[in-house]
Amino acid sequence: MTAGLLAQYIMNGLMLGMMYALVAVGFTLFFGVLDVIKFSHGDVLTVGAFTALATYVAMQTAGGASPWLELIVMLVAAILAMAFLGVLIARYLVLPLRSAPPLNTLLITLMLGTVLRECVRLFYPQGANPKPFPALLPKGSVDLGGFNLRLDNVLMLAAGTAAIIGLQFLLNRTKLGLAVRAVAQDEETARTMGINFTAVVLFTFAVGSALAAFAGVMNGLYYNEINFGIGLYLGVIGFSAAIIGGLGSVYGAILGGFLFAGLQIIGTVLLPFASAYKDVFAFAVVIAIMAWRPTGLIQEKISERV
Amino acid sequence: MSAPPPPTRSASNRASLWPGLAALAAATAYLILLLAVEKQTIVLTVLAGGIVVVLLAAWLRLLTPVTRSFAAHEDGLGGFAILAAIVLGLYFHEDHFVLLLVITVMLTTVATLGLNIQFGYAGVLNFAGASFFGIGAYTSAVLNAHTAVPHLIVLVIGGAIAALIGSLLLLPVLRTRGHYAAVVTIAFALLLKTFLEVNDVLGGPQGLQVPGMKILGWSFNDNIELGGITLSFYMNYFVVALALLICAFILVRRLERSWIGLNLDAIRLDEVAASCFGLDIARWKVTAFISGNFLIGIAGALFGMVGSFVAPNNYTFADSLILVSILLLGGIGNPWGLVVATLIVVVVPEKLQTIQEYRFLLYAALVIAVLRFRPEGLLPRPVRRYFSRVPR
Repeated sequence: MTAGLLAQYIMNGLMLGMMYALVAVGFTLFFGVLDVIKFSHGDVLTVGAFTALATYVAMQTAGGASPWLELIVMLVAAILAMAFLGVLIARYLVLPLRSAPPLNTLLITLMLGTVLRECVRLFYPQGANPKPFPALLPKGSVDLGGFNLRLDNVLMLAAGTAAIIGLQFLLNRTKLGLAVRAVAQDEETARTMGINFTAVVLFTFAVGSALAAFAGVMNGLYYNEINFGIGLYLGVIGFSAAIIGGLGSVYGAILGGFLFAGLQIIGTVLLPFASAYKDVFAFAVVIAIMAWRPTGLIQEKISERV
Repeated sequence: MSAPPPPTRSASNRASLWPGLAALAAATAYLILLLAVEKQTIVLTVLAGGIVVVLLAAWLRLLTPVTRSFAAHEDGLGGFAILAAIVLGLYFHEDHFVLLLVITVMLTTVATLGLNIQFGYAGVLNFAGASFFGIGAYTSAVLNAHTAVPHLIVLVIGGAIAALIGSLLLLPVLRTRGHYAAVVTIAFALLLKTFLEVNDVLGGPQGLQVPGMKILGWSFNDNIELGGITLSFYMNYFVVALALLICAFILVRRLERSWIGLNLDAIRLDEVAASCFGLDIARWKVTAFISGNFLIGIAGALFGMVGSFVAPNNYTFADSLILVSILLLGGIGNPWGLVVATLIVVVVPEKLQTIQEYRFLLYAALVIAVLRFRPEGLLPRPVRRYFSRVPR
């Protein structure tokens, strides 16, 4: 294998890993504050991507603007809309079921995911077909000895890294982040310290869903195509990535995302004859990892297993 | 419950048979009416009328004697339910579409009964029900086309293959719990659909044709001529599907009542306590998972032959969620509730064409509402009766 090809694979892996990490962070945040798994997280990503696309179409019909401005407007619209959706979901579906059996939360978020997915499929114009996503980032590329470093990929990686660093800053350096970490550690004590539990939970869901919207737009820009099923796919993989890293740990989720992408890339390199089976391989890896380490490579601090 | 009641105990503490019988007769008549009407406005009126009548009956407390009657005379009323199904089949003896619909209901019920063993009794999550159904269907497609295996045995093989492929998931399913187990089966559902789509041997996205059933030279895909009356060829399948449903239903009901069902219940409710009482958790979970998938696979194998066509798009994750919805709507663990819920979930979108496209959305929203406001389902599972002779 030439160095150029290797670099290409690494770049693909980094891009995939960034998307997986952004989704996994959402799962881990929700699990941290509320001990729930929100299975509709992936479909929030889908809705985010389609919101961005709808914003783009609206701007095109209104006359259009410079690609940068369009991209920023799309991103802001998707992020705000999904943050709001995340708050709604937390407020009306997840929080009221706190005392219900965990199975009910699982089923309700699973069904909510179906509702979101089907809404996109049925109510977005021709939502059942894959939709082209505009390539708004500059198209230039740098040739590095057989390896074509695309500028848009670099920009996306940088933006993703910035989002993750921003999240780290938010969680570790701000008072709000302190409140989130306090709630994640011990809800009761956090309440007695005067932290508004509901507000913190809603805030966390807003942040997680905003990250999903970001990942959705990134996914669209990377593949130049979105369809109503991407969320389900990215959701399952993101959840597995969060588990690999140990649910509840933000660093673990990021690590898990990149690790999972790495495994997937290694799979495609080792099994070149089976490139059509790429997704089959990915899901097989999910199942294998669950069988091997049911609570992740980095174990949960307090395991619920007896 | 199996022993006949002694003659000394009579009407004083035993609910009467009549309310249940009347309800069954009314339900059958209603179903025939619903299946017979075609015009969308009339279908809508009939559906609305049905809902109003049920709500009214609930408000007038007419449903309590019915449930008590069902609890007291389950075997007898089960016999009448079979009779009702036969009446339904004979009434529509030449209507292909209605018979196919009824067969779909029956086979879906068999599949949800399998899912019920896993979900309802043992508490093993399975969000890949439609995948195992599909495995059964693909098995019958391949075996019917390429081998001379007798078709009734193909059904059993379909179940066996579904159980076998399902057992690949045993390790992750046993080692994980709750959300983790859910994601294993979801990943499997997505994996299988992608696999079927990219695999050329199994027809890819276009799927495969399934040759019809044939038993001892009797071809199931020919119409039946009986003394001048033509019966739809679906009548053949109707008989087999009904027999399968009866067997599966009795099996699941006996399983529930037996000590196996008791063990499964104990494991679902509290694993730690169950293992303290010496129950082998892994063994019973494996039993439930494999036997559930076996039932789903058999139903799928027969459904493949009935539909004469299999394609990956019929066995998606969304279809698995529909099966789970049926389970939740019917009340987890209650086989009778499953029959009612399957009827509602399968028949309504077929009769009301306008909502056909929206069915996944509709049922997902319905399940959210049920979980939020009536988590025990429409017909909750009754409390286990340990001594059938003791009146409640």
